[in-house]
Amino acid sequence: MELKGIPLYRGWGEGRLLVLGEPLSFWGGVDPETGGIADPRHPRHGERLGGRILVMGHTIGSSSSSAIMLELLRNGTAPAGVVIGRPDAILVLGVLVARELGYPAIPFLRVEEEDVKRLREVDGQPSTVSGSRLRVGIL
Amino acid sequence: MSQRPLHLSSQEKAVLAGAADSAQKLAMGIVVRMGKILGASDLVRIASAHIDGCLYHGDGGVEFAQRLVELGGRVSVPTTLNVGALDLLNPGRIRSSAHRRRMALRQMKAYQDLGCQPTWTCAPYQSGHRPAVGEHVAWGESNAVAFANSVLGARTNRYGDFMDICCALVGRAPRTGLHLEDKRRATVVVDTTALSKELREQDVFFPVLGTWLGRAVGNRIPVVIGLPETVTEDQLKAMGAAAASSGAVGLFHVEGVTPEAPDLETALGGAVPETILIPRPGELREVRDALSTTDSGPIHAVAVGSPHFSLEEFRKLEVLLPTAPFAVPFYVCTGRSQYRRIEEEGRLSRFESVGVRIVVDTCVVVTPILPSQGGVLLTNSGKFAHYTPATTGYGVVFGSLEDCVRSAVEARVTRDESLWS
Repeated sequence: MELKGIPLYRGWGEGRLLVLGEPLSFWGGVDPETGGIADPRHPRHGERLGGRILVMGHTIGSSSSSAIMLELLRNGTAPAGVVIGRPDAILVLGVLVARELGYPAIPFLRVEEEDVKRLREVDGQPSTVSGSRLRVGIL
Repeated sequence: MSQRPLHLSSQEKAVLAGAADSAQKLAMGIVVRMGKILGASDLVRIASAHIDGCLYHGDGGVEFAQRLVELGGRVSVPTTLNVGALDLLNPGRIRSSAHRRRMALRQMKAYQDLGCQPTWTCAPYQSGHRPAVGEHVAWGESNAVAFANSVLGARTNRYGDFMDICCALVGRAPRTGLHLEDKRRATVVVDTTALSKELREQDVFFPVLGTWLGRAVGNRIPVVIGLPETVTEDQLKAMGAAAASSGAVGLFHVEGVTPEAPDLETALGGAVPETILIPRPGELREVRDALSTTDSGPIHAVAVGSPHFSLEEFRKLEVLLPTAPFAVPFYVCTGRSQYRRIEEEGRLSRFESVGVRIVVDTCVVVTPILPSQGGVLLTNSGKFAHYTPATTGYGVVFGSLEDCVRSAVEARVTRDESLWS
């Protein structure tokens, strides 16, 4: 499978897909030290974001989620890339600030909300984000 | 899908193209970049800002704030600060490591050095920061954003940490989303008249309705009908905070109450709603139950004041206070301006005599204040109920302020179930 989207932050990253069916607030929902989903009420509680291509429909909750993204990038526990179904003003900001501070940045790709639903079928598959494209499956 | 060009004034272009590194240039770069991502046509001048980025989440946030200070940053509009990770009036209360405390303090100081006012509250609208109807502002902190848009009728998007200070430095925000008149119209009608009138008049109803609202509407804009005309600012504050925790609600309208909803037609901008939602008593009860991780047994602490307690809420609590001390710690989180007022009026001792611990400049879910042995926390806040398990490790029970007082006396869950049966 291959999808095209708008790169909100252009770059390259690869990892297994982690497709969230339920939205997640990074603040209060992700531990910046481990990169683990820390909200015990989230269905993917305990999974680590590190090294994954994180796919989510949209973000919810605290506007401090950009700060958590910055800390994940600083600590090396961030996902390898993010694919999101709506323009997002919060998480990608953590990536822009990380770049200003010289931390490693990750690609951030916006796709259609329908694409996010399709990606649920291939959760866990290896994938690559490159520029405006997401490729799923071993190529 | 493609990105639209963003128009900049010659002055804005000059800041962006500045020869020397400066905080203005860095901030303008981020504001413009975010404007492009969000599809803004241009930038809008803002009248004020409220900064959520002053809370310590890790050393990266401190480095960013200090970088802005080193680069000579100074806010260009009146700017208030949200909570930090320390209670500056009672520093001994926080159980953080020395490193964390040192860094949290540096971060708070850096934001003051940028010219922000040390208000340290998540409810700046209770401390005199009240933009006018239609005024553009850049606010962070999800409850404050919901309040500014919905209750005050000011215009702000949900600005994340970093974006808020960048907007404050350059006095601009991308003209997009809730800054645009036609993006502020409700598309969802929420009809609450299937719920009992008695329930709709209680304080405890509003965090539950807010939680339901956040789940049901996500980031769409609802207009709520059927709320009593007596609805208070504290009730709307509690509802907005809960809706912004369970969903991404940045603006809600209440027919006949909030400034952009004098009537249903105006709130909808004359259009037909996408959906009409009618919450049923059973659904509300389920949402109320889901705010708790247990429903009976011993409790180990009570916390109220998320968003920060108002003077009116202090008055309500004072009336309910028992004569004998509480059996468990009872935390009230508030802003320093409310605290000073209570102090000036000589009422502190009444609260302290029964063991109320007033937490200032911060709150119990953003920094370690609760006793380390853990247990179950009772709260009247939908926002605290939402975040407590993940951020403190405590179990949580949601109840009314009256339930909180009664349970704190008995050290076990004691709730009035009659409204919900």
